[in-house]
Amino acid sequence: MIQVVDGTIDTRAVTDAVRDPAFGAVITFEGVGRNEMGGKPVLELEYEAWPEVAEREMRAIADEVEARWPGSRVAMVHRTGRVAIGEPSVVIAVGAAHRAEAYEASRFAIDELKKRVPVWKKERYEGGESWIANRP
Amino acid sequence: MRVTLRYFAVLRELRGTDREEIELPEGTTAGEAYRRSGCPVDLPVGFAVNTAFVKAGEPLVDGDELAFLPPLGGG
Repeated sequence: MIQVVDGTIDTRAVTDAVRDPAFGAVITFEGVGRNEMGGKPVLELEYEAWPEVAEREMRAIADEVEARWPGSRVAMVHRTGRVAIGEPSVVIAVGAAHRAEAYEASRFAIDELKKRVPVWKKERYEGGESWIANRP
Repeated sequence: MRVTLRYFAVLRELRGTDREEIELPEGTTAGEAYRRSGCPVDLPVGFAVNTAFVKAGEPLVDGDELAFLPPLGGG
């Protein structure tokens, strides 16, 4: 399950996509809209994607995870459009035989996504809005 | 040569469109096309030609689609 969607992400469905009787560890990461940036209250977020290239890069990252941690499985869903504070904008689920590789794979997947996947984030404040870049 | 520029996010808002066609001299690079597009020179953009990520020095050919990628914010 590797998708860019324009609506609420079903975290349970993403998690279920990586379950397997051989897996002793399932780790689900949610990137969640936060209510402040640099001391300023954030009212909501909005995401824009280049969907076909975003999905291609997400698929490439999933392939790299499954190659680096053989036997693991990755599911990744990023949403676009307006996202309320407290709602997930991205969900990455990793299943693996053991927790060591699941933790590493999960961390790797979100770090790579933030570096490579063509998605852009806008934050809305009381007096305006701003496009916000990921920290390098 | 004719090239289609693709705009996203802050560039889409600034240009008022998500794409436009532009005439460029043969051999213009991605970075040179950006400077000629009227987009802000102080924005560190990435480039993709026909959906493949490239560097600023990548030369364009007639019919290419050149995307300007503002700093990413996914996740």
